[in-house]
Amino acid sequence: MSFHLILFLAFGAVCVGGAVNLLAQRHPINSALSLIAVMAALAGEYLLLGAEFVAAVQVIVYAGAVMVLFVFVIMLLNAGEEEETKGSHVAFLLGVPGVLTGSVLTAWVMVRHSGTEAVAIGALPGHPTDIAQLLFHDFLLPFEVTSVLILIAIMGAVVLASKPEATARKVD
Amino acid sequence: MVPLSYYLVLSGFLFACGVIGFLIKRNIITIFMSIELMLNGVNLSFVAFAAHWHALAGQVFVFFVMVVAAAEAAVGLAIIIAVYRTRETLNVDQVNLLKL
Repeated sequence: MSFHLILFLAFGAVCVGGAVNLLAQRHPINSALSLIAVMAALAGEYLLLGAEFVAAVQVIVYAGAVMVLFVFVIMLLNAGEEEETKGSHVAFLLGVPGVLTGSVLTAWVMVRHSGTEAVAIGALPGHPTDIAQLLFHDFLLPFEVTSVLILIAIMGAVVLASKPEATARKVD
Repeated sequence: MVPLSYYLVLSGFLFACGVIGFLIKRNIITIFMSIELMLNGVNLSFVAFAAHWHALAGQVFVFFVMVVAAAEAAVGLAIIIAVYRTRETLNVDQVNLLKL
């Protein structure tokens, strides 16, 4: 058992545990904290795959900025324990076959491609210079389009989250 | 050395957990977090395939997914605040204005 595999299993165990804990917890703040654990462990997986820049961005943007937003909203709205309700029929009709199909597919992938070549540590150096070359040269148009998307998202968030009376007064 | 399929199985598991959470959770914020979990699962398979095929474009795609996820989180949470203001609840069962 190589050191790489041990690291993969350790980070993978944190991922799996966090994802299951997210489903098991009834309080949203516990779910949010387990999601942060999943994201931090995923950053470790990215490092194992040689994507060091993606790992850094994962920690800064996902585990940092996005989850701070989530925790902030949970505390702002004072979200309490989830109420126990009868599960919807759609959830059972779609969920159970979905889980079965997903597990069969993953098992098929595991059996079919168990002999694929392994991914070595640092096989692909995801150096920021190479990524920047790709991002600002080959993918320049999508990059600019995403900046427009972010601008629209900011304006939408401000408009949606502002108090209704404040906007109504402006109309008058 | 870890085979590619291990990463894909982990990615699929994370995505499946996200789908299950989306379907069984009743709190609108937790449902939103399940969507983030699904996006993370997809990101892992992007990076794994990028490493497998020696194509750096896969990692650039992860950045685009992250940007869209961040924008989606900002707008979605604003919508959640607006829903809470009008309905005074975070339970999706009680947000049923469009239900027949």
